Amino acid sequence: MAAPRESLAHAEPIFEAQGLTKIYRNGEVVVRALAGVDLTLFAGEMVVLLGPSGSGKSTLLNILGGLDRPTSGTLRFKGLELSGLGDRELTLYRRDHVGFVFQFYNLVPSLTARENVALVTEIARDPMTPDEALALVGLEHRMDHFPAQMSGGEQQRVAIARAIAKRPEVLLCDEPTGALDSKTGIRVLEALASVNAELGTTTAVITHNAAIKDIAHRVFYFADGRIADVKVNARRVEPAEVSW
Amino acid sequence: MSALDRKLLRDLMRLWPQALAIALVVASGVATLILGIGTRRSLDETRTAYYEQYEFADVFAELTRAPKPVARSLEEIAGVRSVELRIRRFALLDLEQREEPATGLAISLPEHRPAVLNRLYLRQGRLPDPSRAGEVTVNEPFAKANGLGIGSQFSAVLGGTKRTLTVVGVALSPEFVYALGPGDLMPDNRRFGVLWMSEKSLAGIFDLEGAFNAVELKLLPGTNEAEVIRQVDGILERYGGVGAYARVDQVSHAFLDGELKQLQAMSRVIPPIFLFVSAFLMNLTLSRLIALEREQIGLLKALGYSRLAVTGHYMRLVLLIAVFGIGLGSLAGNWLGRGLTRLYGDFFFFPFLVFSRDLDVYALAALVSCAAAFLGGAKALWEVLALAPAVAMQPPVPPRFRQTWIERLGLLRPFSQVTTIAVRHMLRWPLRALLTALGIALATGLVVVAFFTLDSVEMMIDITFFRTERQQATLNFAEEAPLRVLHDVEHMPGVLRAEPYRIVAVKLRNGHLERRLSIIGKPPERELSRVLDVELKPVDLPEHGLLVNQRLADVLELSRGDEVEVELLGKRRGIRRVVVDDVIESYFGLGAFMDIDALSRLVGEGPRVSGVHIAYDRRQQPALYRAVKNTPAIAAIELQRIALQRFRETMAENISIMRAVYITLSVIIAFGVVYNSTRIQLSERARELASLRVLGFTRGEVSRVLLTELAILTALAQPLGWLLGYVFGWALIRAFQSDLFTVPFVIEPATYGTSALVVLAAAAASALIVRQRVDRLDLIAVLKTRD
Repeated sequence: MAAPRESLAHAEPIFEAQGLTKIYRNGEVVVRALAGVDLTLFAGEMVVLLGPSGSGKSTLLNILGGLDRPTSGTLRFKGLELSGLGDRELTLYRRDHVGFVFQFYNLVPSLTARENVALVTEIARDPMTPDEALALVGLEHRMDHFPAQMSGGEQQRVAIARAIAKRPEVLLCDEPTGALDSKTGIRVLEALASVNAELGTTTAVITHNAAIKDIAHRVFYFADGRIADVKVNARRVEPAEVSW
Repeated sequence: MSALDRKLLRDLMRLWPQALAIALVVASGVATLILGIGTRRSLDETRTAYYEQYEFADVFAELTRAPKPVARSLEEIAGVRSVELRIRRFALLDLEQREEPATGLAISLPEHRPAVLNRLYLRQGRLPDPSRAGEVTVNEPFAKANGLGIGSQFSAVLGGTKRTLTVVGVALSPEFVYALGPGDLMPDNRRFGVLWMSEKSLAGIFDLEGAFNAVELKLLPGTNEAEVIRQVDGILERYGGVGAYARVDQVSHAFLDGELKQLQAMSRVIPPIFLFVSAFLMNLTLSRLIALEREQIGLLKALGYSRLAVTGHYMRLVLLIAVFGIGLGSLAGNWLGRGLTRLYGDFFFFPFLVFSRDLDVYALAALVSCAAAFLGGAKALWEVLALAPAVAMQPPVPPRFRQTWIERLGLLRPFSQVTTIAVRHMLRWPLRALLTALGIALATGLVVVAFFTLDSVEMMIDITFFRTERQQATLNFAEEAPLRVLHDVEHMPGVLRAEPYRIVAVKLRNGHLERRLSIIGKPPERELSRVLDVELKPVDLPEHGLLVNQRLADVLELSRGDEVEVELLGKRRGIRRVVVDDVIESYFGLGAFMDIDALSRLVGEGPRVSGVHIAYDRRQQPALYRAVKNTPAIAAIELQRIALQRFRETMAENISIMRAVYITLSVIIAFGVVYNSTRIQLSERARELASLRVLGFTRGEVSRVLLTELAILTALAQPLGWLLGYVFGWALIRAFQSDLFTVPFVIEPATYGTSALVVLAAAAASALIVRQRVDRLDLIAVLKTRD
C-alpha cells in the first residue's frame, strides 16, 4: 500500500481496518459487497474513493460511519473497536465523531439553514455555533432561508455546515457533488477543502467523477469489493482548478 | 384475477393496520346506527303490537267512587270507542320470605266477560274465579322476583283486613310494561306487585259494589284527546275525579317513551361522529398512498390503462375497506342490539319481542358509510383521475415552509428545533392538524359522556336521599287521616321522629298552560323530608304561597311572584289563586310544595295527613315492620334504604355497560386517528427521520420528532373534547328530561381528567406501535434516494 503524503506520515491513524468483508444475503442471492479491505486513514487526511457502482465504496463508507456493521474483519476508530458496538453505541459514535454529507443533502425541509445546523449543535458535545458553521461554508447571508428557497449547491453547503458544526473527527461524503452542476459543485468542494484544512477533519469523499481525485491526499480505487489501487497525489490541486 | 386486482390485494395486505383502523371506525358507525335505529324500532314495534293486541287504553282517570251507570255518559263522549271500569287500590303485602312489607296495586277484572281494555297476557294459570274469594293473578316480574308460582300464598292488607291470597295466574299487562311502585325511583319487582282480582271480591272488600274508582278509555283514531279529557273531568267532577290523563302521562308508557327518545338521540349523535372520522381517515390514508404511488399511476396510464380504470382501482380499495367495516359493523350492531334488547328485558316487560331486522336499516348504514368513505377519498381519487402521465413521472413539488406569525412573535424561541419542526408542520397543513385534533377531541368527548352520567346520578342521589328526603321510611295511608294519627305513628316501635305530609291533587294553570299534579303539604318543622332552594339550602315554607320546582316552573312558565290558578280535584272542588313564592330544586316529577296548614286552608278543611315520614331505630326494625304489616290504615310503605340500594344497583349495571361501550368506541376513534396520522407522518418523513438517525439522533430523539406534533395536537384536543363532551352530555340530558324525571347536569372535574387520561393512553399506545417502525428505518437506503 502506498504511504500517505510526507507531511501526514507521522499523523495519528483515525481508522484502521483489516480484512473487512460485508456479505448481503437477499433471499437466494448472496452479494459480496466488501471482499477483504485493509486500510488506514490518518488524522487530517483527505481521501477520495473512486470506482464503478457496486465496487464497495459506499459499503465501506457506511461501515466507517457506523451505519452498518462488517460481516467479518476488524475496524478500529482511534483504537476503539467499532465492529462489536451495538446500535446505541453506534448512534453515540455517529453523534460525537462523524459528519455525513449525502448526494441529496437530506435537510429537514421545515427548518431554515440555521435551524438545520442547530439540530445537530443542540445534541453535540462541543459544537461551534450554527452561524460559525454556516460562515465556514460561505452561507452567512442565507441563514434564515428554508431548503426549498435555496439552490442545490447552497443546500449541499448547509449539509456540510450541519456535518462539521459538531467538530467531528471524520467527515464522510457520499457523492456530494453528484446532483450538482460543475460551478456549484466546485463551491461545494471548496467548502470541503477549507473545512479539511482549517479544522483538520479527516475527510473521505466518494465520487464517480474522476476529476475530483486531484484534490485529495490519497485516492483509493475500488473494484469488486476490494481496494484495487491507491495513489498518493504528489501535488493537490485547488477545487477551482478541477476541470469537470 | 387481473394484475391490477392483484396489486389491490397486495396493497391491502401491506396497509392492513391502517385499513383495519379505518374499517373499525366505519364498523363503529354502522354498529351504533343499527343499534340505535334497529333497537328503537324493535322496541317501538314491540310496544305498538303489544298495545294493539292487548288494547292499551288512551285515557285514564281515577276518582273516589262513582256508580256504574256513569259509564254510559263516558261512552257517549264523542270519539270514545270503549270504556273499562275498574276498582284500583294499593295494598300492603306481607310476603313470608321478606321482612319488609311490600306494596301491591289491586286492580279489578270485569265479571262475566273478558276485559275490553288493558287486557292481560296470561303467562301461567288462569284469571281469578269470581266465585272463589282470595284468588289473584299477579304480574310476572313480581312473581319471579319473589318466587311465586301457581298455588303460592301470601297475605295482603285489603280494606283494613289482612287476607290470604292464592296465586292462580301469572300475567303481563300493557299498563305495566315498566312497573314502578309508589315513591320508587326504579322498578323494584321484589317490593311492588300488581294483583288482578275479580271485581266481585274487590267491590266487596272496598265497599264499592255497583261502583268504580278508576276508568280507562279507548278513543277512535283522530279524536281530540284534550277535549275528551275535559269532558271526562266534567263528568267525574262530582265523583271525586282527580283529573283524567292521557297515555303520555301514564308512568309505564312515559318511561318507555323516554328510553326510545334516548335511543333516537343516540342514533342522531353517535353515528355521524364515526362517519366524519372515517371520512377523514380515508382522506388521510388514500392521499398518502396516492402520493407514494404517483409514478405507478403515471406508469399505468402510460401503459395504456384508461383514467377510469386507474381511478377505479383506487375506488375499489376504498370500497373494500368500507365493505369490510360495514360487514363487521353489521355483525356487531346485530349482536349489541340483541344484548341491549335483552337488557331492556330486565326493565320492560313484554310478552313477546318483535325483532326488527329490516334490511333498510342495514342498507342505510351501508349507504351512508360508503358515502362517507368516498367523500373522504374524493380529493385523492380526483387527483388520480386528473394526473397526467408525464407529470406523474416527475417528483411532486416539495412543500414550502415559511416563518409563521407564531415565530414572528417570538413564541417558539424558547423551544428546541424538534418543537419548531412540529409547529411548522401543523401550520403548513392546518386543516389536517385541525381535523386530527377534532378526531381526538371527539374521542375525549365520548369518554366524558361515558363518565358524566355517574356524576349526575351521584348528584341526584346526594340531593334526593341525603339532603332532601332524609327519612328512613314513608307510610302512605289508604285514606286521608286526621292529624292525631301522627301521635299513633310516633308510638310505633322504634320510631324516633315522625313528620306528616299531605297530598292534594290539583290542576295548576297559568294562562293556557296546564298540568295535573299534586301539591305536597309539609309541616313547618322539618328534619326529614325537606325542601331545598336552587342553591341547595333548606328553605322555610311560606305562610301562604307555593314553591314549585324548576321543571314545573319551566313547563308552566312561572317565576317567583307569579300568581297561578289552582283547580282542586278530588272531593273538595273549587278554583283558587296562589302566589309562587320561590322556585326550588327537586328532580322527580312536577313538584309543588306548601305549608301543610296553608294547604288545608286552601282546600278549606281541617288538618289532615296523607302519610308520615319517619326516622326509626334500626334495632327495632323487625318490630316496626310487624306493626306496619298489622296496621290496616297503611296502604304502602316506602323504604329509602332499599330504594337507594335498588337505584344504585340498577344504575351501576346500566352505567357500567354503557361506559364499556362508549370507551370502546372512543378508543377505536383515538386509535384510528392517532395510528393513521402517525403512520402517515412516518411515511412522509421517513427520509428526514432516517437522516436524523444518521446524524446521531437516538431512536428516542427521532421518535420525539415524529410524535411531538401528535402530542401537541392530542393535548390541544383535550379542552375541545371536554367542550364536545359537555355538549353531548347536555343533549343527552335534554333527551332524558320529562315530567316524571329530571336529571341534574353535572360533570365533575375528575371526569374531564379521566376522559383525557383514557384518550391519552389510547393515543400513546397507538403512537408506540408506530414507534416500533422507527427502529426499522433503513438508514442506508433512504440516503440514496431522492424524496
